[in-house]
Amino acid sequence: MSNEHSMRRVTAIRNGTVIDHIPSGQAMRVLEMLGIGGATAVPVSLVMNVPSKKMGSKDIIKVEDRELTQSELDRLALVAPDARVAIIRAYSVAEKLSINLGEELVNVVRCTFSNCITTNLREPQSHRLKVVQRDPLQLRCHYCGRPQNLGELANNVL
Amino acid sequence: MTGLITMDDLTNEQILSILDAAERLLPVARGEIYLPLLQGRILGNLFFEPSTRTRMSFETAMKRLGGDVVNLGDVKTSSVVKGETLFDTIQMVDGYTDIIAMRHPRQGAAQYAQDAARVPILNGGDGAGHHPTQTMLDLFTIKQAHGRLEGLKVVLAGDLRYGRTVHSLSHALTRFGCELIFASPDLLNMPEEIVSDLRSNGANVVETEDLYGSMADADVVYMTRIQKERFADEDEYARCAGAYKLHARHLSDVKQDMIVMHPLPRVDEVDPSVDNTRHARYFEQAFNGVVARMALLCHLLGVTVPAKIEGGAL
Repeated sequence: MSNEHSMRRVTAIRNGTVIDHIPSGQAMRVLEMLGIGGATAVPVSLVMNVPSKKMGSKDIIKVEDRELTQSELDRLALVAPDARVAIIRAYSVAEKLSINLGEELVNVVRCTFSNCITTNLREPQSHRLKVVQRDPLQLRCHYCGRPQNLGELANNVL
Repeated sequence: MTGLITMDDLTNEQILSILDAAERLLPVARGEIYLPLLQGRILGNLFFEPSTRTRMSFETAMKRLGGDVVNLGDVKTSSVVKGETLFDTIQMVDGYTDIIAMRHPRQGAAQYAQDAARVPILNGGDGAGHHPTQTMLDLFTIKQAHGRLEGLKVVLAGDLRYGRTVHSLSHALTRFGCELIFASPDLLNMPEEIVSDLRSNGANVVETEDLYGSMADADVVYMTRIQKERFADEDEYARCAGAYKLHARHLSDVKQDMIVMHPLPRVDEVDPSVDNTRHARYFEQAFNGVVARMALLCHLLGVTVPAKIEGGAL
């Protein structure tokens, strides 16, 4: 099945954001990380596990009438680092964005080490994980210095 | 403001310069000379966990230099028990003091406090994380004995997994090109990420369970306490603890100038028979906590220790 065919599973949007090339099965988590849920007033279309030449299979999200910002998108570095993002205006792609994994993830995820100071959720300072290596991804907590288990980290998304 | 959270907060040059200042401050630490370099300054001692040597030596260091100390006191009677966050506690003490020494059971607490504070934080131990002021006094003790830090062969023995002292020390020794031998029971091996960090920083690390066989050409044997509560059964504890019990008879074939160190308190891992050998250095090491912390307080408060110290006796 062609990519074009996959995209047509849902109708084109007039204005908003399309997030493509999300790893298969991660779309719900992406919505969660972007704070887009049932209470969000804008229409959201979600396609999961569609064939992809590049990835084998993938998820796609279309958010209508909302242009996601670069900093919102950067939160996705952990679950969808290779996602491609298009800002749509009047049915055309107005801007193309990609996810940037910066030097540090701030208030995106919580450290996985059970004795880290940040496990006290009443502590008000930011959760900070430093990127020590990009490929494969390695993160360390800014405070306790512990290397992070990426599998466990997915459960600690803020 | 930058405090001392891990040894990475100091360059090798700064470490050596602080150790030199500590050497000059020895007569002040002994009370032979009164040198009020820190008069008018206040240290906040925040010990969220029990401490004898670290808390007392910080207090002594500050007072020997003419400064003053305020204590958090018993955590059980402080606002911490009412549920105050570390952030809020730090905001308060930050306003009362010029520098804070802190020990906390949670790892990362010192960095967290530093990010919240205006004044420098001295990490006096954070969970199983770092204990850099202990490292400074350890380095001082080693340099005092061997005249240098570079290229020494150091055996670290006992509980290397949970002992924050040996974590900070091994990082620092690596920076001075020391050869490290980690002698520990399997259960208490140095954490993998630390060994891997040390190796990627160019360290020559050997891991073994054989303490006695590692000591022959060592310059330093650094013992740590093996805690019973780390073991699931008593027999296993007894077997491990027995293999890491240093007695004077084990020292017959070691180098003449090898020193035995221990962060104290000891239980059975260094037999009292070692106390009277030329190798025992742990009581001097404990005293050096005062002089190393004096030099660190001056460094972080931007106070220069005079090149020559003279003065009247107290």
